[in-house]
Amino acid sequence: MIFMRKHLNNMQNRRFVLSGLAAIGAASALPGSALAYSAGEANTLITRVVSEITTIINSGRSQAAMFGDFERLFARYADVPRIAQLVLGPDNRRATPAQRAAFAEAFQGYMARKYGRRFREFIGGRLEVNNTRAVKSFYEVSTTAYLAGEAPFEVVFVVADSNGRFIDMKIEGISLIKAERTEIGSMLDRRRGDIDALIADLKRAG
Amino acid sequence: MVSLGGKMLPGHGVSTKLAVLGCLLLAACATPEVASGIHDPYEVTNRKIHESNRNIDRKVLRPVAYAYGESVPEPVRIGVSNFADNLSLPGDVVNNILQFRLDDAIHNTVRFMVNTTIGLGGVLDPGTAIGLTARETDFGETLHVWGVGEGAYLELPSLGPSTQRDAVGRGVDIFLNPLSYIVRKPERYALPASGVAARLGDRYRFGGTLDSVLYDSADSYAQARLVYLENRRFQLSGDLEQDDEDLYDIYEETFE
Repeated sequence: MIFMRKHLNNMQNRRFVLSGLAAIGAASALPGSALAYSAGEANTLITRVVSEITTIINSGRSQAAMFGDFERLFARYADVPRIAQLVLGPDNRRATPAQRAAFAEAFQGYMARKYGRRFREFIGGRLEVNNTRAVKSFYEVSTTAYLAGEAPFEVVFVVADSNGRFIDMKIEGISLIKAERTEIGSMLDRRRGDIDALIADLKRAG
Repeated sequence: MVSLGGKMLPGHGVSTKLAVLGCLLLAACATPEVASGIHDPYEVTNRKIHESNRNIDRKVLRPVAYAYGESVPEPVRIGVSNFADNLSLPGDVVNNILQFRLDDAIHNTVRFMVNTTIGLGGVLDPGTAIGLTARETDFGETLHVWGVGEGAYLELPSLGPSTQRDAVGRGVDIFLNPLSYIVRKPERYALPASGVAARLGDRYRFGGTLDSVLYDSADSYAQARLVYLENRRFQLSGDLEQDDEDLYDIYEETFE
């Protein structure tokens, strides 16, 4: 069964690529579930995010200005405190409320610089929103990045149902949360577990 | 779920043969689950190799790649990369057949014919324009389809991140491309030569991302390992809607 479903999905994806048709909003809403948001709303949110990313990268502004734009975009559409919590992992438990807030703020800037740099490689390309599916308490919105001279690749945004903001971004299967959890863990190890030192490092990193 | 040779070591030909035989008997293996988590019992050795790979990159690969990227115009670099990709297509077709994925085998065969003829020997890629997009594969994927687990994580000297299964796959792929038997010298050297040039092109093209992993990470070994394993498992899962339970659990953690 799993094989069949995977195979069907493959076929659909290929057909999608072949026909070049955008299946926007082909949402798989769960009937009768107690979800606060719908797959359609998650799709709409990411369509807006993607369009703003495209506007920023093609704005021709300086890199520093773009980083500011990305930071505002993350503050607006991403659940940064939640991302910060997930990235800090078990160490979040021993952090004081003040440290958590400072970490989230530093992380937001770091994320804007680091991923803003990656997004800048999309200049001249475009992101297209495909379909959305509900999983547990969140939605996965699949988008395809089309870059000149390169095979199209997938970028998935994960939107939390609790507040309708995105909490993760997966570029070709590589999750920002997982990658940053490893990175922040290493940074913290280097500082022998000192969260304040980590926050100070983070402000300069990315 | 077929999981043969999960702890297969390179060079254990018997277990590979058994895996192959077992799968042939089963005719069409269900697509095996991809692994999760990190299995890295050789971390100490791997880290040493990682350090020397990083030195090779810093002293040789990176500077040469940047020189190549900045002196050779982009259309030429894309042409070289297309040419190398096209030469690897017959090997992909052999793997597609071994994976019982005949639709991919036909797709890649037609893509090879189109790009070799209309695409002027593979320098151009008209295939993609008409929907025959790249569907790359390798013998590591074939082993995965046959039910071989990824085994331990390995960092290979000068080649970089891999797993026991994928390291075996890389070795087998060298012998699996029919072109290396058909084409005579000196044209035969076009295969490795274009491969090296394409690799330099990739190093230049993805320079920012690779630099960020190799030189900006607090622990570049851990970061490279994660990025490789996640991306490889994503490729092998073969579709966009894989269930990554590991990650789904993370999304629901609280840490309060």
